[in-house]
Amino acid sequence: MLRVLAALCLLSLPAHAVEESVVLGLSKDRVAITATFDGSDILVFGAIKREAPIPEGDPLEVIVTVSGPSEPVMVRRKERKFGIWVNTDSVLVDSAPSFYAVATSAPFDKVITNTEDLRHRISINRAIRSVGADMHIQGAQDFAEAVVRIREKSRLYSIRENTVAVDEQTLFRTSIAMPADLTEGDYSTRIFLTRGGQVVSSFETTIGVHKVGLERILFNMSRQQPIVYGLMSLAIAIAAGWGASTAFRMLRNS
Amino acid sequence: MQIYLPIAEVSVNAFLLLGLGGMVGVLSGMFGVGGGFLMTPLLFFIGIPPAVAVATEANQIVASSFSGVLAHFRRKTVDLKMGGVLLIGGLTGAALGVVVFNYLKSLGQVDLLVKLCYVVFLGVIGGLMFIESLNAIRKARKAGGSPPPKRRQRGWVHALPFKARFRTSGLYISVIPPLVVGLFVGVLSAIMGVGGGFIMVPAMIYILGMPTKVVVGTSLFQIIFVTGFTTMLHATTNYTVDVVLAVLLLVGGVIGAQIGTVIGARMKAEQLRILLALLVLVVCGKLASDLLLQPAELFTLGTSGGH
Repeated sequence: MLRVLAALCLLSLPAHAVEESVVLGLSKDRVAITATFDGSDILVFGAIKREAPIPEGDPLEVIVTVSGPSEPVMVRRKERKFGIWVNTDSVLVDSAPSFYAVATSAPFDKVITNTEDLRHRISINRAIRSVGADMHIQGAQDFAEAVVRIREKSRLYSIRENTVAVDEQTLFRTSIAMPADLTEGDYSTRIFLTRGGQVVSSFETTIGVHKVGLERILFNMSRQQPIVYGLMSLAIAIAAGWGASTAFRMLRNS
Repeated sequence: MQIYLPIAEVSVNAFLLLGLGGMVGVLSGMFGVGGGFLMTPLLFFIGIPPAVAVATEANQIVASSFSGVLAHFRRKTVDLKMGGVLLIGGLTGAALGVVVFNYLKSLGQVDLLVKLCYVVFLGVIGGLMFIESLNAIRKARKAGGSPPPKRRQRGWVHALPFKARFRTSGLYISVIPPLVVGLFVGVLSAIMGVGGGFIMVPAMIYILGMPTKVVVGTSLFQIIFVTGFTTMLHATTNYTVDVVLAVLLLVGGVIGAQIGTVIGARMKAEQLRILLALLVLVVCGKLASDLLLQPAELFTLGTSGGH
């Protein structure tokens, strides 16, 4: 349905409005979180389709962003109270992606201007929205920065400059590494083509990240039928414990 | 081999979990303790969210106590009546504990509460055990034999009303003290993710005056139901019981416990106790330093459960 709409939109545009457009390929368009899931590398590659010859002037640059589902995040700050460190102030950051990676074909400030970044929300700091911060809390900005810092440390947020390879201003490819601790959901993948810091074309698609198999069954069950899940956990645990000890005893006696 | 835990939503090395389970199992076999009070902090250290660690540990304790209580039933060393009274207190306490747990979770203070509980209890118990076993070793060296046991005190516990006869324990005491002990241990079980044997056993011996031979079986009996109830409460209100994590810890734990029992039988009781005391104090010290020293990262992220 969406694709049909997108196609209609493209058709309705005058032919010269988009001189260069992206033809995209993904090494996979879904990531399955299985029991042994240990992160995933997604190869994003594509070509630039154009009706006219390659324009003169600034070279073509490519930006690839992959963004996990956005959710509100409660950020808490510790302070020393009675000799121990206690959570005191908290700020609700309205929306922050659970995962965010930006790959560019050149240093970030070379590929895009500040205004264009602001418009398309490309850099990590722009991807986070925090409007409802209480004014009475000192350094509310620190809280949003803490989200970026903590998630960068756990490799959930990253900016990888010069990691998109562009050949002949026509072919591009990059690899996005996703860590093991992923949240489920649709990961929106955006590709921007820029010349002289201005976005000339963009393309968007999604990568689905979902638990599968046993992981899926257990997770759904724990949410939808918590009582059954609780009883089952107890039963499985008792059976496993009792089984293991019986097996061990038999092993020793034989 | 990395394994993705479906509820904790983190990826952990399966052998690390089996190893942790095994290590705590060895200790619990050696010292005859449940090991929940060591396992839960260890799970914090390897990065399992505290709420998941506490709930899952409760689940694991049910299972690891189960085979123990069967053995005690065969030996008829379970005081069912006393267990029942403790249980009434325990279930009430567990329900109360989960309410407190969820309230503090909404305030963002649950980590602090859990860690504070651990520091206080591990510190007190570890300290007492350390002093007591040091004295025992010194006495054993001096006299070469143990002094005759002191007669049990018959104080305020026996002056309370609602007396009942507990035949297996050979006691005729009020039901209030066991109810209170059960309640207290129930609260701790819900907040700390422990069975509470390390508090229950001394309380049964010193406060209730129960004979030592029925203490372990009865406390295991009570612990199974209280932790089972706690597991259900956490599973239905917080969705934090991770069955994959529980099973991995359990399999390691059961095997470790068998090895531990063999090692424990070859060591002297005082030496065992002093080792256990040191271990408890080390874990306590690590947790305390987390609270006392300035953390490297002052900010923490959480989901927007609260206001």
